[in-house]
Amino acid sequence: MTDFLLKTSHLSKTFGSLLATDRVNFEVREGETHAVIGPNGAGKTTFIKQISGELRPDAGTIHFAGEDITTLPAPRRSRKGLARSFQITSIYRDFSALDNVALAVQAHAGHSFRFWRPAREDLSLTRPARQVLEKVDLEKRADILAANLAHGEQRQLEIAMALATQPRLLLLDEPVAGMGTEESQRMIELLATLKGEKTMVLVEHDMDAVFTLADRISVLVYGRIIATGTPAQIRANPQVRAAYLGEDA
Amino acid sequence: MNLVLIAEQTLNGLQLGVMLFLLAAGLTLVFGIMNLVNLAHGALYMVGAYLTTYFHQTTGSFALAVLLGLAGTLLVGIVTELVALRTLYERDHLDQVLATFGLILFFNELVAILWGRAAIYSTIPDYLSGHVQITAQLRYPLYRLVIIGIGLAVAVLLWWVVSRTRLGMLIRAGASNRAMVSALGINIRLLYTIVFGFGAALAGLAGLLSGPIYAVQPGMGELILIQVFVVIVIGGIGSIRGAFAGALIVGMVDTLGRAFLKPTLATVLSPTAADAAGPAMASMLIYLLMAVVLAFRPEGLFPSRS
Amino acid sequence: MAFSPRTWILLALLLLLAAVPPVADYFGQPFYLDLLRRVMIFAIAAVSLNLILGYGGMVSFGHAAYLGIGAYAVGILAHYGINNGWLQWSLAIVASALVAAAIGSISARTSGIYFIMITLAFTQMLYYLGISLEEYGGDDGMQLKVRSQFSGLIDLNDASAFYYLVLAILAAFLYLSRRLVNSRFGLVLQAARSNEARTRAIGFSPYPYRLAAFIISGAMCGVAGALLVNHTAYLTPEFMNWTRSGELMFMVILGGIATTSGPLLGAAALLLLEDVLQGWSVLPKWLHEHWQLYLGVILVLVVLFARRGLASLLPGNEHHD
Repeated sequence: MTDFLLKTSHLSKTFGSLLATDRVNFEVREGETHAVIGPNGAGKTTFIKQISGELRPDAGTIHFAGEDITTLPAPRRSRKGLARSFQITSIYRDFSALDNVALAVQAHAGHSFRFWRPAREDLSLTRPARQVLEKVDLEKRADILAANLAHGEQRQLEIAMALATQPRLLLLDEPVAGMGTEESQRMIELLATLKGEKTMVLVEHDMDAVFTLADRISVLVYGRIIATGTPAQIRANPQVRAAYLGEDA
Repeated sequence: MNLVLIAEQTLNGLQLGVMLFLLAAGLTLVFGIMNLVNLAHGALYMVGAYLTTYFHQTTGSFALAVLLGLAGTLLVGIVTELVALRTLYERDHLDQVLATFGLILFFNELVAILWGRAAIYSTIPDYLSGHVQITAQLRYPLYRLVIIGIGLAVAVLLWWVVSRTRLGMLIRAGASNRAMVSALGINIRLLYTIVFGFGAALAGLAGLLSGPIYAVQPGMGELILIQVFVVIVIGGIGSIRGAFAGALIVGMVDTLGRAFLKPTLATVLSPTAADAAGPAMASMLIYLLMAVVLAFRPEGLFPSRS
Repeated sequence: MAFSPRTWILLALLLLLAAVPPVADYFGQPFYLDLLRRVMIFAIAAVSLNLILGYGGMVSFGHAAYLGIGAYAVGILAHYGINNGWLQWSLAIVASALVAAAIGSISARTSGIYFIMITLAFTQMLYYLGISLEEYGGDDGMQLKVRSQFSGLIDLNDASAFYYLVLAILAAFLYLSRRLVNSRFGLVLQAARSNEARTRAIGFSPYPYRLAAFIISGAMCGVAGALLVNHTAYLTPEFMNWTRSGELMFMVILGGIATTSGPLLGAAALLLLEDVLQGWSVLPKWLHEHWQLYLGVILVLVVLFARRGLASLLPGNEHHD
């Protein structure tokens, strides 16, 4: 077996009579950027939530770094090196940008049953947090309340929080959703700098982002993966064109 | 402990149970559909009891008083919804708790201004008083049997409304998915007002029925309200079925606990120890029951959402 | 250390409170000492509630339980002739923490309406327990014949010594809660309030932190209970009445939720308002006879229109200080 960082086998999840995830076998190699595309309602979000641990699958297994994590709750998965961004921006709006990232650092710096020393003066938290902010180009905005950042900056902040947990795998749920052209261009550039350095699973509608960034693409339709391959292969696949791009095969 | 006593206490438990159900049914829908923590539900129970007692005294007709009492509670409920509660649906739970806590203080004091702080006495008309000979040894008050009958009839009616009518479909949909109901183009505000009024009327019904049994006094609503919370937690928020099951369980456990815990303890412990521990444990019983249910089923016995 | 304007105001407020005993004594008005001592005791309880309600986002509608536990711990020991304050107060703290651990372990797993109803229900259970304990006065309560004794170190029968003790504890708890809130622990607590899904996604499991906060808060409130029973010299289950829990919540909101000085401002505003509405004979009779009617209306109005509380009137903000 080659070194798969993440591997799902026969992963299934139903809601009532809806098969949201249907026996999905999905593999992510160490170091690659693997995009998951599919039409609306294809079950992408349900799928990513099972990987991150927010939803428990009905059947099937998830292995991460050679370990079965199927039943681990989300926080434990995060500590094993799985980080995610959300489709709808999920940050601490009432904290400063620096606090947001420092909290992510803190989550991976041992337990937090420390009651006395002010965390905001703790250099072991703020120094790495500032470094990550620098990486996503937000260092000048460190002291701004997250709620007051522009939409694109908030999404960058979310990436920063994910990076601050020093993950082995980044799960990115539509990172350029709702962005203007300029903002999404900046986000794609940011993700491009991470490419190769971090293993990434990218769930995205924006084909520009997908074809720029992805090494491989999996196509999810009605809860099933109908094709996996390089961007060129996917572009040429008649089944994909029929099901997804809405063209006649 | 003899069988007659057990039968009698079981009937008492049933009577308390249906009373709790009348209060819980409306409240659980308000929780489930509007996601509103309404502490003032007990105030409507109190209003029902006061209005009916008052109209009974002034008109002399119990039947007329019941009608006026129900209509009056419905009116107070709808006005409260329109004036105060409506603005709270979008607020967080903390705001709802505090604002409805304020409403409780307001209603309790208003009632005290109108009728005084002391309990007022509500009487039963002749045709509902007296006892029924159920078996050779068991005589049971007619009025309590009437309450049980009305409570069960309301339960059947509610079951019919919720499972067989269009309004019921909306209620079920609303309890599990609010966004969907409004996406269907239903006037959600109107649905809210109807559900709230419905719940208010049921609370008023419980209040007016309870008048002749319990003391009619300011604050009477809150004591029973907290038991109703226990019912809803046990049954599962938003579920009428859960409210019914929870109400009967709580009614039985509370009544039977108070009646039999002390004598039962006395067979194991010394009489003095049983004397001390019996009432204490009996009053804690339903809360311990709640803790046990929550430990195994955090969403209650009949969760309405999956 | 550079203090923010708000910290200076809080310090000034505490100094002002410290100046009250000699002034009240000079004007021969010991009544105010009593009133302000009561305010400060409830402020301590509100500080403890603010920790979980304000910073933790846990809407506990049962905080009066710990007032009661603390009071009963002192009262019951005193009933058996054990008047040693160290022992009594230690028991108050330990017992409150244990009860908070029991209630918290169940309620902190839930959220929203469930959390509110469960905390309320368990407090009601303790209230009924208090009522059924005939040995300790049942629903009438019983007198605390002797106040807690601290090996001659401080005499609680001396009104002004007791006053200063309460003030010192209040100041200590304000400082304590401030440290706690800004520590790593406090930040996790606030993070879980602000965005639970995000908190789990970066690797924190909120439950143990919430439970710990719940226990700390309960223990702190237990101290307030021990003070309260010494203050009234009377033990009654009414300390645990559900309306008391509501009042504590109102103090926190009125003063300014999740602010350092909010609980003190809120406790002072509510209790002084109550006192004025109830007792000021200058006001017409109908006003102080039915003060709860107006209090109810004020409460609704505050929630609807003045949600940010009194602390928002102070200069500066809470974030960095």
